[in-house]
Amino acid sequence: MLPVAYYVGLSAVLFTIGAMGVLIRRNAIVIFMSVELMLNAANLAFVAFARAYGAVSGQIFVFFVMTVAAAEVAVGLALIVAIFHTKQSIDVDQMNSMKG
Amino acid sequence: MTLQFILFFTLATVAVASALGMLFSRNAVYAALFLITNFGTVAVFYLLLDASFIALAQVTVYAGAIMVLFLFVIMLLGAEQTGRSKGVWWVQPLALGLGVILLVEAGFIVLTQHGTLQVVEQVAPTFGGPVAVGESLFRQYALPFEVTSILLLVAMIGAIVLTKARTPQG
Repeated sequence: MLPVAYYVGLSAVLFTIGAMGVLIRRNAIVIFMSVELMLNAANLAFVAFARAYGAVSGQIFVFFVMTVAAAEVAVGLALIVAIFHTKQSIDVDQMNSMKG
Repeated sequence: MTLQFILFFTLATVAVASALGMLFSRNAVYAALFLITNFGTVAVFYLLLDASFIALAQVTVYAGAIMVLFLFVIMLLGAEQTGRSKGVWWVQPLALGLGVILLVEAGFIVLTQHGTLQVVEQVAPTFGGPVAVGESLFRQYALPFEVTSILLLVAMIGAIVLTKARTPQG
């Protein structure tokens, strides 16, 4: 196994790419996908440390992060579909009013 | 050791390239496919890190279920293309600057800070396998596991309620 720093560095790069995706893109679904990319980057760091220190607890945490991400995607996409029924658009720049 | 280096950097290049591809695709379907590639690459990383159960869970749950759900919704909404950006002009340079700052900061921490725990060189062959993960999950982490089942139930109820057809008012 390579030193942990390599994997953590890669995780940081992926996280930054995901964060910039959330800031730059205007399609709500692509923003959501960037959030999933950030979660994956965190998972990679968890698994790398789990291997480095021989603790399987890191992988248990990844299991729970995946579960939470799945639940979040289900509810988030349902929200996006519901918003689309009202606004006929998923451009976040046009979602500037709370009126349903 | 050099084989591990070559493998790591090849996979890292694929992962970062697919992430950038997702970031810069104008078409949402292409972005989803790039993200599936990224998830597959991260699953291979998990295999390199002796996490065989998590690697296959990643492929099954993330690439196999979550991204399929994304593609369903993209197709359902016809959201492949969005128009030209009409937002304020300073968003993209600001995001780029902040991203660079975050990357520099993370790079500094990764390069200069070192952990104090002892790094384990060799792990048991069953490390990260379903037996090891299952034993830890159902013994030490049984309570979070049960709470997760409630979380999934709540997510299902939420998704159904949010997309239920509204009865017309009045």
